[in-house]
Amino acid sequence: MQVYLPIAEMSVNALLVLGMGWLVGFLSGMFGVGGGFLMTPLLIFIGVPPAIAVGTQANQLVAASVSGVLAHWRRGNVDVKLGVVMLAGGVVGTAVGVWIFGILQRLGQIDIAITLSYVFFLGTIGGMMLVESSRAILRRRAPTAKRGKLHRHIWLHGLPFKMRFQRSKLYISALLPAGIGAVGGMLVAIMGIGGGFLLVPAMIYLLNMPAGLVAGTSLFQIIFTTAAATLLQAATNQTVDAMLALLLLIGGVIGAQFGTRASSRLRGETARLALSTIVVAVALKLAWDLFSRPDDLFTLTMGVR
Amino acid sequence: MMAAWTKCRPTRRLAVQGAAALAGLLLGGTVAATVWAQQLVADLSSHLIAITTGFTGTEVVLFGTTDGPGDVAIVVTGPRAPVTVRRKQRVAGMWMNTDSVRFDQVPSFYTVAVSRPLDQLVGRPVLERQQLGLPQLQLPVDATLPPEELAAYRSALIRNKQRQGLYAISMGQVAFLGERLFRTNIYFPANVPTGLYNVEALLIRDGDVVSAQTTPLVVSKIGFSAEVSDFARNRPVIYGVAAVLGAIAAGWAAGAAFRRV
Repeated sequence: MQVYLPIAEMSVNALLVLGMGWLVGFLSGMFGVGGGFLMTPLLIFIGVPPAIAVGTQANQLVAASVSGVLAHWRRGNVDVKLGVVMLAGGVVGTAVGVWIFGILQRLGQIDIAITLSYVFFLGTIGGMMLVESSRAILRRRAPTAKRGKLHRHIWLHGLPFKMRFQRSKLYISALLPAGIGAVGGMLVAIMGIGGGFLLVPAMIYLLNMPAGLVAGTSLFQIIFTTAAATLLQAATNQTVDAMLALLLLIGGVIGAQFGTRASSRLRGETARLALSTIVVAVALKLAWDLFSRPDDLFTLTMGVR
Repeated sequence: MMAAWTKCRPTRRLAVQGAAALAGLLLGGTVAATVWAQQLVADLSSHLIAITTGFTGTEVVLFGTTDGPGDVAIVVTGPRAPVTVRRKQRVAGMWMNTDSVRFDQVPSFYTVAVSRPLDQLVGRPVLERQQLGLPQLQLPVDATLPPEELAAYRSALIRNKQRQGLYAISMGQVAFLGERLFRTNIYFPANVPTGLYNVEALLIRDGDVVSAQTTPLVVSKIGFSAEVSDFARNRPVIYGVAAVLGAIAAGWAAGAAFRRV
């Protein structure tokens, strides 16, 4: 069944897009990540212009994170105060990101900027996860590892504007969560991803947040950064395709439910190993495309920019 | 048979005049009334291509008559707009866009159909004057470039347009039914750009164009997809707000629906 996408101005197979939404939703339900890092390359692969893939993906993530937060909220796993501080940074980061996006688009460098940031972030995070999870699996076989220190004091914790976050039992500089939020916001705008795969480790390792609150709180602020990104992308770059977002959404919501159920049959380390393998594979594929000679050295851009 | 058809037409024309529902017939009547004055008359099976949500491309039939033996060429040109062509070069091992050239007046769509190969019909000056065929298409640029550079960009532009299916790779065929009646099918792919198209029919006789007729064709988004794209273009901020609110509602509904599962 073909469906015409009004903003992308192309016709796609609705079942294919629904299936992609399902697959990414399944993985995000299984591993607890947004899955944007997979969806944007998939959309580009089926011919959606990168700029529209990114803008639309931000819109779809609003819905995904709302439904995710609801589950965490009911269990009381959201630190609203910390989330709001992250958000303050996040909105600034998003605005800066959308602005950079527009400049790069006019310069004709947006495609390579998107690909490069994917290769960099997916490569680094995926590689680190791959090492960590393989070690954890090896350690499982030889369970002698000793527990590390609960809290390490580094220079980041000496920053000014200290704030007390009762819910997370933290007394830290407000600049830290705000800074993490700002980086997350920029990722939303430039890469079209929620940034959960970057926010979650940052909140665990830099803020020393209780692990139970991390997913809910990061999703909470992702709602707002993705909403801001959608709004700004629609207003400045006109790259949000509501039709495409709707299709992805339907597939994603259903896929996530199956993924959540499948995850209960999977061990933590095994799941992380599987996820990091996928992340690294995507990074390698994108890097390969960047360095191998393209079929046609010339590309067209409509309009003046 | 042709003669009988044209003769009975004017009376019929009077009968249907004013009936808006029979606009197609009325058009036929106009054709008949003016056929004596013009050497070439052509019309399209439809003057509007509607891009709906289920649009997968369409075909429009062009038909017409000539006042005697001759050859016919049809040129379909989409609305002209600027296009930037960018060239990738290897920078630190990566392929990235380095140079670009802006073409100011690029037809978004271009296809030609002929009844006989063009080189058998007319000489180069006529081809160039009429911009008949891709090599003759005028594509002005905003910069001064060495000729070989310009040629590389120009052929890249045409090649990319052909890959998108918007410029025809080979010429279409105009078929003659008898000596005077001709028709051809013009195919428009799913990614056809919207706007006002020009369909030009040329009558070629003795190595020159002796008569020409231009028919407009509108390609427009209709229905839901039109509303979405108009909304996004004319009220981008409100569109963004609506997209966000819609997503929040959808996420909420999904979260609530699967709570019980």
